[in-house]
Amino acid sequence: MSFPQPKPEVPQLPQNLLRTIDCQQGAVRAVRFNADGNYLLSCGSDKSLKLWSVSRGTLLKTYSGHGYEVLDADGSYDNSQLCSCSSDKTVILWDVATGQVTRKLRGHAGKVNCVQFNEEATVILSGSIDGTVRCWDTRSRKFDPIQILDEAQDGVSSLKVSEHELLTGSVDGRVRRYDLRMGQLHVDFINSPITCVCFSADGQCTLTSSLDSTVRLLDKSTGEMLGEYTGHKMKGYKLDCCLSSKDTHVLSCSEDGHVYCWDLVEGSLMLKLPVGKAVVQSLSFHPSETRLLTAMEGRVQVWGAEPEETEEEVVVVQQEKA
Amino acid sequence: MMSDFSKNHEPLRKPVPLYEQTVKDEKGRYQRFHGAFTGGFSAGYFNTVGTKEGWTPATFVSSRQQKAGRQNARPEDFMDEEDLGDHGIAPRQITTTADFASGRKDVIRDKARAITSLSAPIPGDTVLEDLVAPARSSMGVELLRKMGWKDGQGVGPRVKRRLCKQRADSATRAFGSASPPNGSSESQDEEDGEFVPENVTFAPKDVTPIDFTPKVDLHGLGYRGLNPLAALRGGPGAGHINLFTMDSDRTNSLFGEDRKGQRRRGGVAGQGFGVGAMEDDDEDIYHRDIMSNYDTVLGGEEPGNGLYGWTAPQQYNRKKKDHSKDAAYLGKILEGFTLASDKLETKTVGIFPPPNLPRDFRPVHYFRPVVDLSSVSPMVAQALQTSRGHMAQEEPSKGGRHQLDSAQRRELLGEATLQGADCSLYSSETCRHNKMSLLNPSRFAPHAEQQQQEALSVWSGPTAQAQTGQTFKPFERTPHKQARYDLYIDQLKQGDRDALELSLDPTMTEWERGRERDEFVRAALLYKPSSSSLSCRFTRGKQDDGVEADTVEVTRDQENDVDDKQAAVKMKMFGKLTRDTFEWHPDNLLCKRFNIPDPYPGSGFVGMPKVKRDKFSVFNFLTVSESPTASASPAPQGNKQSVPLYPDTFYLKCYREEFQSVGALTFIVYYQIYSLFNLITRLN
Repeated sequence: MSFPQPKPEVPQLPQNLLRTIDCQQGAVRAVRFNADGNYLLSCGSDKSLKLWSVSRGTLLKTYSGHGYEVLDADGSYDNSQLCSCSSDKTVILWDVATGQVTRKLRGHAGKVNCVQFNEEATVILSGSIDGTVRCWDTRSRKFDPIQILDEAQDGVSSLKVSEHELLTGSVDGRVRRYDLRMGQLHVDFINSPITCVCFSADGQCTLTSSLDSTVRLLDKSTGEMLGEYTGHKMKGYKLDCCLSSKDTHVLSCSEDGHVYCWDLVEGSLMLKLPVGKAVVQSLSFHPSETRLLTAMEGRVQVWGAEPEETEEEVVVVQQEKA
Repeated sequence: MMSDFSKNHEPLRKPVPLYEQTVKDEKGRYQRFHGAFTGGFSAGYFNTVGTKEGWTPATFVSSRQQKAGRQNARPEDFMDEEDLGDHGIAPRQITTTADFASGRKDVIRDKARAITSLSAPIPGDTVLEDLVAPARSSMGVELLRKMGWKDGQGVGPRVKRRLCKQRADSATRAFGSASPPNGSSESQDEEDGEFVPENVTFAPKDVTPIDFTPKVDLHGLGYRGLNPLAALRGGPGAGHINLFTMDSDRTNSLFGEDRKGQRRRGGVAGQGFGVGAMEDDDEDIYHRDIMSNYDTVLGGEEPGNGLYGWTAPQQYNRKKKDHSKDAAYLGKILEGFTLASDKLETKTVGIFPPPNLPRDFRPVHYFRPVVDLSSVSPMVAQALQTSRGHMAQEEPSKGGRHQLDSAQRRELLGEATLQGADCSLYSSETCRHNKMSLLNPSRFAPHAEQQQQEALSVWSGPTAQAQTGQTFKPFERTPHKQARYDLYIDQLKQGDRDALELSLDPTMTEWERGRERDEFVRAALLYKPSSSSLSCRFTRGKQDDGVEADTVEVTRDQENDVDDKQAAVKMKMFGKLTRDTFEWHPDNLLCKRFNIPDPYPGSGFVGMPKVKRDKFSVFNFLTVSESPTASASPAPQGNKQSVPLYPDTFYLKCYREEFQSVGALTFIVYYQIYSLFNLITRLN
C-alpha cells in the first residue's frame, strides 16, 4: 500500500529579508552557505574569513592567515574543514574547530578566484587568474597539486565540482566541463567572459553568466541552450549566479543593487530583490530550503520565504530582559 | 718538538748506543741465547735450577699430630715457565669457564665423554660423571635421556639385532655403540651359553661420527703429532715416538686398554721417573735405547701384526677377522680414509680401444718443406693449395699469425661476430679513412667506388642491423629525398651492391642523379651506424633540440574555428557549432580521490594528448584579407585570417589542417544562413 504523493508545493521565493549581518570585514567578497545550510562563511577584503550562524546571526569564529583579500571559501561535507582562496595566490585549508591552518597550498601564479571541495573533501580545486585549475590533495602531505588543468586561455573565474565532473568558466569565453569518468573535456563557447558557472541539481544542465549581461542555461550533454535570462546588469564585475534548491528559479546578482530571480522554464522575471544601492557582489542559495544569502559592500543579508517572525521573538525577549 | 707532533711524525729517537742494545726478559735479567736464537731451552737459572739457591723441594713435615697428606705430584710441579709457555710441553691457555661459555658444542669435550663412556666402569653410561657434572646439557639431550636414551646409543626405533659378534673386537668398533649389558648373542653363538629372548629389542646403533674437519695443514697424510700422554707415560712406546702410525696401531695407543705393556696410566712414567716401591710391575730399569727402535718400514714388515710368521693366505684367517671391507683390504688404510663401497668401473669405461689404422699408415712423420707460392709455377701452386698438409702461407696479412687482430682471428676460426658496439676509437681502417676523407674530400673523390664499398661493408654489418630507428636523417627537409635515402640504407643493410643505383629516382636528370649519388654515399659513410666511432660513448638525447627545434608540442585535438563559433553564438545556435569535445586524461590519483575508475588506465600522460607540430609553417606567414563573415556572398573564399608574423606559441593553430576543416565548416554555416535567408524571404 503506497501513500498518495503529496501535492506539489507552490515554489516559494526568498523574498523576505530575515537578517542583515554587519561583517566588519571591509568588503565582503563572497558569502557561502556550508554543506547543511546552518552556517555561513563570509570572505572579507580585510584578509579574514568568518564563520557565522545563520539562524542566530552570531559570529562563531574568525580565521586569519591569508596575506591578501579572501576571494572565495567552501566548507567540507562534515563541517570539519574549510578551504579558502585569496589574492595572495594561496589556497588555505583550515581546521574549523581550532582555527588553525592545516595546509597552505602555493602554486598558482596569480590571484585565486574560486575554490571548492569535492564531494568527499579529498580534493580541493582552485581556479586562478593565471588560467590554471589546480587539484590539491588534502589527504597527503604533498604540496604539489595532483593535476594542473591549463586548457584555459585566460583566467579561470569560476568553478564548480560535482561527483565526477568539474565545470570551469574562463574569461576566454569558454565553459569547460571535465568529465573524469569518461575522460573527456567538453568546451562550450559563449563568446564573452564568463563570471559564474554552476551545475543544476538534477545534473542535466549548467548555468553560466557572462559579461554580456546574460545568464544562459545550457544542456550538459549537447551544449544546446535551453534558456536565456536577461534584464540584469553585469558588465564589468565578477558576480555570482545560482539556481534555487529545487531548480525552479535562476538567480543572479546585478550591478544595479538588485538580485534578479527568473523562472527557469519560462524565463520570465519573477522577483527583483532590492538589496541596496551598491553592487551585489555575491549570493548563495541554501542547499535544501528556500533561503538566500547576498553580500553587498560590508554586509550580508539573509533572505527567506517566510517573513521574519523569529527575529521578532528575539527582539521581544531582549525587551523583556531590559 | 711541537712542530714534529703537529706534522704527525713520530718523535725523533736518539740512536741507541751499542752497550744498551741488550735483551732482557720480563724480570730484567739478561737473556742468554743458547744456540737457537729464540725459544731455546735454557738450563734453569743461569744454567742452574729455578732459583739462585737451586731447586728446593716442597717441605715434608709429618708428626704424630699432623700426618702428612699424600702429596700427589703433578707433572706441572716439575715444570718451569718455559715448559708452561707457548713453546713448552704443557702450554697453558685461557679458556672461558662454563658460566661464560657460549652455547656452542664443545666438540673436544663431547668426544672425550664419548670415549670415556666406553672405558668407564659401566660402559656406555656416564653415571659417575653425571653425578658431578654441571647442568650443561641442552634441552634436547635432557629430553632424550628422559625418554630412555643413553649416551652412545643411536636415536630411532628400536631394532632387533645381533650383537656379540662385534663384542669380541671392540677395538675395531671405534665409536660404535656399546652393547647393552644384558644383550646376548643369538643361537649362532651358543658357546657363550647365553640365549636371547625373542622379543628383546635393542637401541639402534649410533651413527659413526665422521670427522669433517678438512686438512688444512701441511703435514703428511696420517701425521698425528706428539701425544703428550704417550710421551709421558713411558712404556715401550716411550722411547720411540711414532708420529706416523696406521689405523690398527693408533687405536691401540688411544684407548688405554689393559695391555701387557701398560703401566701407570694417568701418571707419568718412563725412564726418567723411575719405579716406585708400590708399583706392581717392574720397570725396565736398565732400558737402553737402541737405534732399531727408530726404524720404520713403509708398508709394515709383515702382513698383519701378531701373526707370528703366519704367512698362509689370508682366506684361512678370514673367519676371525671382521667381515667388513676394511679388514679385507690387505694394505694399511690411512687415517681418515675408508674403502669405497662402489667399485670404479675402470675396466669398462676407462679403457678405449685403439684407433683403426688405415692400411697404408706408416708411423713415421716428417715435416713438409714450406713452399712460397709465388716462386713456383702456377700448376704446382694450384696443386699445393688443393692438397692437404701444405704449408704455403695463405693471406698472412702482413705478419703471419701473430699480427692478426681479433676480427681476422675470428674469421679464421669461423666464429660468429659479437653484437654490440666496438668501443675502440682507432681500430678500424675505415674510420680513419673516413675522417681523412672528410678533411680533404677532393683528394678522395676518385675513390668513389671504394667509398661505395665501404658504405656497403659498414651498413651491412651486424651492428647496423642492431640499430633501431633512431638513425640520423640527413634529408629531413625533403621527404622524397629522405625516402630515397632510406631505401638506399635499407638495401645497404641487406647487403645489396646495387643499392645506390636502385634508390635513385629515375625521373631526375643525370646530373641530379650523380649529385644525389655522391650525397648518399657520403651521408651513408658519415652517419654510419658507428661500429667503431665515438657513438658508443654518446646516446641520443631525450628531447631533440637543435635539429628539430622548430617544432612545438601542441594538443592533438584542436578547436574549430572561432569565427564560426562566434557566428553561431550570435545567432544563438548553441550546440554542435559551439561545442567541442576532446579526449582528456585525468591523473590516476585524481580518479582515486574522486572515487571513480580511471578511464585511461594505461595512459602515461595526463591532460590532453599532445603532438609535435612545426613551429613555423609556410602558412604562418600568409597574410590575406579578412573575408566577410555573414550575409549574402555564397561563394566561400576560404576563410583566411591575417596572422601575426611571429606566432604566439601559446595560442597556436595548425593552419594546414584548418584549410580543410575551415572549408567544410564555412560551407555548413553558409548553407544554414542561406536556408534561413530563404525561410525569411518565404515568410515575408
